[in-house]
Amino acid sequence: MRTAGIDIGSITAKAAIVENGKILNTKVIFTGYNAEAAGLKVYEEVLKENSLSKSSVRKIVSTGYGRNSVKFADKSFTEIMCHAAGAHHLNAHIRSIIDIGGQDSKAIVLDDQGKVKNFVMNDKCAAGTGRFLEVMARALEVNLDEFGAISIKSKNPSKISSLCTVFAESEVISLIAKGEKRQDIIAGIHESIAARVSSMSARLGITEPIMVTGGVARNIGVVRALEKKLGMKIEVSSYAQVTGAIGAAFLAASL
Amino acid sequence: MKKSISDFLKMVLIFLAGKFKKFTMRFKKSKTMKDYMMVYYSDAKSARLTGRKVAWITSGGPVEPLIAMNVIPIYPENHGAMIGASKMGGSLCEKAEAMGYSADLCSYARSDISCATINGGPIGGLPKPDMLVCCNNICGTVLKWYEVQARYFNVPLFILDTPFCHTEYTNEAAKYVRAQFDEYIVFLEKVCKKKFDFERLKEVGHLSHQGQLLWQAVLDTATNKPSPMSAFDAFYHLALIVTLRGTQDVIDYYTQLVAYMKNRIARGIGAVPNEKYRLLWDNIPIWHRTRWLSEKFAAHNACLVADTYTTAWCGALKYIDENRFLDSAAEAHARIYLNIGIDEMAKMVLEMIDKYDVDGFVLHSNRSCKPYSFGQLDIQRIVEKERGIPCLMLEADMTDERSFSESQISTRIDAFMEIIKERKNK
Ligand code: SF4
Repeated sequence: MRTAGIDIGSITAKAAIVENGKILNTKVIFTGYNAEAAGLKVYEEVLKENSLSKSSVRKIVSTGYGRNSVKFADKSFTEIMCHAAGAHHLNAHIRSIIDIGGQDSKAIVLDDQGKVKNFVMNDKCAAGTGRFLEVMARALEVNLDEFGAISIKSKNPSKISSLCTVFAESEVISLIAKGEKRQDIIAGIHESIAARVSSMSARLGITEPIMVTGGVARNIGVVRALEKKLGMKIEVSSYAQVTGAIGAAFLAASL
Repeated sequence: MKKSISDFLKMVLIFLAGKFKKFTMRFKKSKTMKDYMMVYYSDAKSARLTGRKVAWITSGGPVEPLIAMNVIPIYPENHGAMIGASKMGGSLCEKAEAMGYSADLCSYARSDISCATINGGPIGGLPKPDMLVCCNNICGTVLKWYEVQARYFNVPLFILDTPFCHTEYTNEAAKYVRAQFDEYIVFLEKVCKKKFDFERLKEVGHLSHQGQLLWQAVLDTATNKPSPMSAFDAFYHLALIVTLRGTQDVIDYYTQLVAYMKNRIARGIGAVPNEKYRLLWDNIPIWHRTRWLSEKFAAHNACLVADTYTTAWCGALKYIDENRFLDSAAEAHARIYLNIGIDEMAKMVLEMIDKYDVDGFVLHSNRSCKPYSFGQLDIQRIVEKERGIPCLMLEADMTDERSFSESQISTRIDAFMEIIKERKNK
């Protein structure tokens, strides 16, 4: 049986196709201003890459902030449920998930069946989310994709103490003016995100093995900073960014 | 003067008709909530013509001595709820911020303070006070808030200080609070320029006690499955026990309301048509979103059957003794939900979880109300440990609609309901 999952986030739209328990293909595009159109587009593209027709897909589940605008989906679930299902299929041992997305971050604790036991979300503030990194990348004139690689060269991360993204940005600008090394500033930014996310996760009581999902998981600097802060080992799957879509596709198979 | 009163009444009417259409249409009786509130506010607005005095009082303050002295109590917090329900909180708070008040100040205080200067809000401002009565059993914010208003209106202020009762009500505390009730009475005699009527206080104390018992009886009907009422109904019907406690009106209204709820029980009618999941609510309602939240939960077949907030108006019943009214009132006011230790609060929450047999606990972490929100994480942990039910924390503000993000709250509720459904259908 072939099923699909569509995850419409605030920054990117993701699609995944699974067939008989295996991931066939995944796709990521920018969401843009029209979530509905993005859902359709990412779905059509993922099918096209594998020369599949829409009629060959049995069920579709949507998730993410735009989940209700995916009109062609059979059902929608929240990202919490889908990240849990996705992580469980990628690695059945995972007991906790930290998902750092574009506009929020969450921690999820799973039971031994891979079902959601509890979750917390930070969605009040951009600090601790992908948006924070975007703002900082602009201030530093560095491509966000290079953030991870640059920051692990740092031996002496800068201190960023503001809790607010806007204040943190001016702090970063004054650090630049002071002539601090770019790698140190970026490492400091990562530590500040890690501090936010880890206190939220600790509040929930996360346990190992932990997987980080969401677009920010591709940033090795954030992952390392999180490991340091939590004092725990973290797994990152190569599917990190599309974990929600994969989970949605697996949930579609059990509809 | 006449014209301004009739304009004011028109505004009260329009407000009540608009905000709670759903409830007022459903609950038909000889006198509706609208009627009672109309009379209440018109009495207050015309107090100067009728020679009566108006006192502004905090929600947890002792109102019975005021009623006994024929003073009309006005509750700025009730007004705050009306401001919130009318979605006027954001703009009034902005105004207060422009006046120099911090955005971290409770939004009831912010909207009341700014509203008073422009006679704004849904009912064109509150009737002017002749005195202010402030009891700090609910929070410390009210002290400064009432001081500000006492200066603004240039009227006398009485402060009743209730020490925090972590676990017990010590002899020292009892003496301290009780003595202030005597001072309160002297204060009232001075402002009203007449002797205090202790006989009348006895009657008022009796009516107040009966009113609270009836309010408890109303809330108790929600133990039935399906529940004939939801917490959203309680948020609406609460207005009378808050504003008119100690009068016959409260007794009449809630007697009818209990009968109405019992009739619904007999006919098997639930507040949520397909009640499958029962939830407990903590903290002050998100006044600007009650309709949205009630529909959101109902869409999941979930009914918020009870809440710690409306229960507070009958929560100290066990301390009340009509025969020792003033002594027991001192204790009941000192030991309200917001003035006791976290363990005691958690105990009450656990009792409610068992009593109403709920599947989950929803906590509104209210940016405005620090005493209500500070211990929530601990209470949540205790509930998770002791009862193992899913808990959900929602971050918002009761009045200030600028602190609410619909899609994010929506996702949290959906995820919470996914967990509850999965557990219950296992
Ligand atoms: S802080 Fe809380 S208790 Fe105090 S006035 Fe505001 S809402 Fe009421």
